Amino acid sequence: MSTNDLLFGVFPYVAGALLVVVTVIRWRFRPFSISSLSSQLLESRRLYWGSVPFHWGLSTILVGHFVALIIPRGFEIWNGAPLRLYLLEATGLALGLWAAFGIGVLAYRRFTNARIRAVSSTMDFVVLGVVALQIFSGVWIAVGYRWGSFWGTSVFVPYVRSILTFDPKPEYVDPLPFALQLHAFTFWVFLALMPFTRLVHIITLPLGYLTRPWQRVVRMRESPAVYHPASEKPLERQH
Amino acid sequence: MRVRAQMSMLFHLDKCICCHTCSVACKNLWTDRPGAEYMWWNNVETRPGTGYPTGWEDQDHYKGGWKRDEKGRLKLTLHSKAGGLGKLFYNPSLPELEDYYDPFTFKYGDLFDTPQQEHQPTAVPISKITGKEMEVNGGPNWDDDLGGSDVFARNDISLEGVDDTVRAQMEEIERVVFNYLPRICNHCLNPACVAACPSGAIYKRGEDGVVLVNEDKCKGWRMCVAACPYKKVFYNWDTGKSEKCILCFPRMETGQAPACAHSCVGRIRYMGVLLYDADRIEEAVSLPDDELLDGQLDIILDPYDPAVITAAKASGIDDGWLDAAQRSPVYKFVKEWGMALPLHAEYRTAAMMFYVPPLSPVMSTIERNMVNLDLDAERVDFELLDQLDKARLPVKYLANLFSVGDEEPIRKALRIMLAVRSYKRLQSVDQSIDKTTTAMLASAGLTEELAEEIYKLTTIPTIDDRFVFPPYHREMSIEAMEDVMEHRGMAGFGALEAPHRGA
Repeated sequence: MSTNDLLFGVFPYVAGALLVVVTVIRWRFRPFSISSLSSQLLESRRLYWGSVPFHWGLSTILVGHFVALIIPRGFEIWNGAPLRLYLLEATGLALGLWAAFGIGVLAYRRFTNARIRAVSSTMDFVVLGVVALQIFSGVWIAVGYRWGSFWGTSVFVPYVRSILTFDPKPEYVDPLPFALQLHAFTFWVFLALMPFTRLVHIITLPLGYLTRPWQRVVRMRESPAVYHPASEKPLERQH
Repeated sequence: MRVRAQMSMLFHLDKCICCHTCSVACKNLWTDRPGAEYMWWNNVETRPGTGYPTGWEDQDHYKGGWKRDEKGRLKLTLHSKAGGLGKLFYNPSLPELEDYYDPFTFKYGDLFDTPQQEHQPTAVPISKITGKEMEVNGGPNWDDDLGGSDVFARNDISLEGVDDTVRAQMEEIERVVFNYLPRICNHCLNPACVAACPSGAIYKRGEDGVVLVNEDKCKGWRMCVAACPYKKVFYNWDTGKSEKCILCFPRMETGQAPACAHSCVGRIRYMGVLLYDADRIEEAVSLPDDELLDGQLDIILDPYDPAVITAAKASGIDDGWLDAAQRSPVYKFVKEWGMALPLHAEYRTAAMMFYVPPLSPVMSTIERNMVNLDLDAERVDFELLDQLDKARLPVKYLANLFSVGDEEPIRKALRIMLAVRSYKRLQSVDQSIDKTTTAMLASAGLTEELAEEIYKLTTIPTIDDRFVFPPYHREMSIEAMEDVMEHRGMAGFGALEAPHRGA
């Protein structure tokens, strides 16, 4: 088995298994440890310039990647007209640079602010490095290997789809430039790190908030006869 | 009618001496931990003043509480639901540590370890967060007794609407005036923190109304901190979770008063059950500003009313709780006597902690170095009964704090207190209760029996008069059937794991 097979054929499954198993274990047995670990209380101004571009830039791009993965044909049709291709590429690059600016500010903040330094764990720095590498390699691809949204659907999507369909084809990645290999590999590392680090807060995106009633009343006693069905609940089990 | 019970606390401000025993009892019990040093679930602030955290009442800045839109609908001031999710990554309304203070300790070790030198060593302050030396420019009770100061008193937003001449008098150093305001979580009926929590981690207990953060579900989105208009939810920077006053429910469940109330030196705190109509909360907090106070007091139900008793039993409230509700000292002060009011009802959260407003001495002016009490010579016994406008603490100011700007409820409460005081003075010192006295009592809406009752509960109550706790029947709670340890994480404090900022 070549290194390429190991990194791009086997490791993605190791990362995926870690992601699922460890996340479930952590959610089930250590729910107290799951938090966004916000540090806005300790430092606010730089967080604004870092956190907002970073989160919005990165999550929008991530959604774009998913769309490309799910409906590559749609991308191809969209990119049929050059103007639309330019528009998509420019938007992607702008978002990438925006996210890069954000993580730059966040890294600066984490290294230079005494309070943030004091509450940073080693894993915080590891996460920062991996995510920065991910964004950096993405921007590198966008600049150095232009029109990724055009060639990506035929060059890159088949590889990711092969992983997702449990029919890994790591050889698809072998001939690709280093920047693309780096971008793909750091994503698997990102997934593997997620359950062990603060990144786990991604899965807690509280979309349920949109539909839940404003108030929550919880009863400590088991007497369902008196619950008001619309707004009261028995003490729920976390597990 | 859907009856629910609420454990409610009452603060008799006329008795508060600002000793901070309550704050220290609370701190020692609950918040003496990393990440929680700056939190004061119970604090006592000097008013007029900016309080803790600084300027917490400025909702234009902090966006706490609820507001009523043009169509009379209730809206969370902080955000819409979708807007709230949009601000997950940065919340512009969140207070910063500087709004509280940078927690510090001192390098005591230096006092022992410094090598012999010419000058004595000192213990320099160091930050509890970074461990580095720091300059202390804020701390617990930094505003203590600075009633007349430019920094604190002048910036109190509740002074709005107080007459300019009165303000000038308040600020003149000889006439410095202040009172004390102890504050804990108000365990509201319409809590904004619960409504703002994206994770749904905060809840109100159905049995006793205590508002708690489920520490296992909290993900540190910290919307609750901004949404609480009283700024009584705190973000623990070490664990990445929000924490708040738990009304010492483990103590209440075993029949003991919360630590702050139990330790109160001035015995200003009372606790008891209030019954309220849960179906009418939304209606009550959606009323226009001038009807808000009455609306909130109106949904508190009479525990002697047979209809209420029937409805309460149907809602699962047992006889022990009904009995406690009938003996509740809080119910007496709030509903029977009309002496106690909630803090800032205009925040529309239906706060369930109540305050008896403080009396203050008569305003004096200085003429030719002589103190002139501004009273007619016949009545120099500081009699303010009919001259409340001469009280040092402007009625308007108290009204801004406790009655949505309406002076009438404040006047009523102060007149009752003054009438009881005059009555007892005439009875015990002058020993002359005559028709004038009973007329004076009647003018404050009192009879002699009522005055005696108020006097007793105000001045010489026993601990059992002040704290009336219902039997909690913990044996019937879910906790009794399941692993108690497992439920600690859901109960607002503590955890099964060491609470440290993790990976």
